[in-house]
Amino acid sequence: MQATTPILVADGLHKRFGALVVLDGVDLSIGEGEALGIVGPNGAGKTTLLSVLAGAQPPSAGSIRFKDDDVTRLGAPARCRRGLARTHQIPRPFSGMTVFENAYVAASQAGGASGDEAYDIATDALAQCDMLKVANRPAETLGLLARKRLELARALATRPSLLLLDEIGGGLTNAEADDLVATIRVLRRRGISIVWIEHIVQVLVQVAERLICMDAGKIIADGAPQAVLSDKGVVAAYLGGAPA
Amino acid sequence: MNAQTGFRVERWTTVSRASVACVAVLAVVAAIAPQWLGPGAMDRLTILFVYVIMAAMWNALAGYAGLVSVGQQLFVGLGAYFTIKLADWGLNPFVGMMLAGMIVAIVAVPLSYPMLRLKGGEFAIGMWVVAELAHLLVNLDPLVRGETGTSLIALNAFDPVLRRNVIYWLALASLLGLLGGLFLLLRSRVGAAIQAIRDNEDAAASVGVRVTATKRLIFVLAAFGVGIAGALWLATALTFQPKAFFSVQWTAYMIFMVLVGGIGTFEGAIIGAVIFFLIETWFGSAGVWYLVGLGATALVFALLLPRGIWGAIERRTGLRLLPVGYRLDVRSDVRQEEGGK
Repeated sequence: MQATTPILVADGLHKRFGALVVLDGVDLSIGEGEALGIVGPNGAGKTTLLSVLAGAQPPSAGSIRFKDDDVTRLGAPARCRRGLARTHQIPRPFSGMTVFENAYVAASQAGGASGDEAYDIATDALAQCDMLKVANRPAETLGLLARKRLELARALATRPSLLLLDEIGGGLTNAEADDLVATIRVLRRRGISIVWIEHIVQVLVQVAERLICMDAGKIIADGAPQAVLSDKGVVAAYLGGAPA
Repeated sequence: MNAQTGFRVERWTTVSRASVACVAVLAVVAAIAPQWLGPGAMDRLTILFVYVIMAAMWNALAGYAGLVSVGQQLFVGLGAYFTIKLADWGLNPFVGMMLAGMIVAIVAVPLSYPMLRLKGGEFAIGMWVVAELAHLLVNLDPLVRGETGTSLIALNAFDPVLRRNVIYWLALASLLGLLGGLFLLLRSRVGAAIQAIRDNEDAAASVGVRVTATKRLIFVLAAFGVGIAGALWLATALTFQPKAFFSVQWTAYMIFMVLVGGIGTFEGAIIGAVIFFLIETWFGSAGVWYLVGLGATALVFALLLPRGIWGAIERRTGLRLLPVGYRLDVRSDVRQEEGGK
């Protein structure tokens, strides 16, 4: 499936919380410049996979290589500085700061940029997400959709080479979803690899060239979007039946 | 992209430049003021300087970094204790005061490792527990003679006028150095990272902020500043009684000053310290009723002006005298384009 060298390779990822197994041996490879969509029913472990890839949580077992380096033991800040950024499913703005300051923190911390360079990066990220007109608003005054856009802008301001998106499309109108798809396509043209968890499959397939489906902590299908969506196991997982 | 979007980031305004100039003029006036001031006024001003330092340091810790501590009396007590100790070893007491602040900062580094693992209320109360422990340990030193305490007798060797002047100038220099340094730190990119941690630690980590190292920096800075404040207080009070210096009332005062002035604003802590100082000057002799009044004032502010005096002013007027933030000024052509969408 992959035409290019992988930017990220996850090998045998497990994540357990006590007796609860959330990730049960996930092997995943993401190509340079690839756009990968992740679907799966609630509780399949999609967000946990993203957290483990981003370094917010350590895996219980398994390893992660990013740009040919083993980053399994690195925390989120170190991975971010290497170009691995994420958004959060429930937006986590820096609520006491302005929208611009939110992006500036990301630009100045992750990339180590300072002064005008950091301002340029932050402003560009806000412009990408159509957030310039609220740049000086305190983030706590934003509504949910604007908060989601701020999540994306802030992640972009870290200048990632791989961007992990967690349900940034939820609750959008059709027009807003079209805008979002257009934004993500621009990011791809800039050479950013994308991993995108999304429930709204028709939005996802407009960007993703490859889809994986997770269920009960495992990848149950991996391949071209149409093939994955018509896979019997995938259909069964969504309808709640036993995998065929 | 700069040319494309057309923007400018504003950090200084005319008003803020003017207010920094005012601060500079005030500092010069304060520095030469001893030639006109009587001994009583100088002692009071020294105390005001100490309060401003304490308020600014607690505000840095709680208002900017989100680290609410009710144990900052730990550093008041240690700053005073190390000053006594160094003077006992024969060091010039004035040099000892500044050195004591540095020792407090050095002690704060290893202390930060366990303490910064604690979150929220655990950290707040944990700091209080450490302060109580330090109080007990200091009492074990024969030099201190338990709760009886001891005096900074080394200061008696100096002429009273010279002594008062030097303490006053040390307090003023400490105030300007600490608040100036804090202002520059908060305006730097570290300052933005500190506030990001306060607002959401996980999100800060996800955009590359080294959370623990950044918190440690502000924890140690606040310890240093409060340590200096403790040493200065000892110099004005002369006697060191562990119970008084390790008392939780110090932190209660810091919280009062910061909440009344406006938490998380640079100007607020200073205003709060001045208000506290005035209340104490006018009503301090009223004993219990003074404390009741303080408590009632804090309560009224918490209910009616939760952002404090400066927080309310800032919100209503948008006025910023000592700004640490960033304002993006987007040019009108871009604004029109955005507006037309």
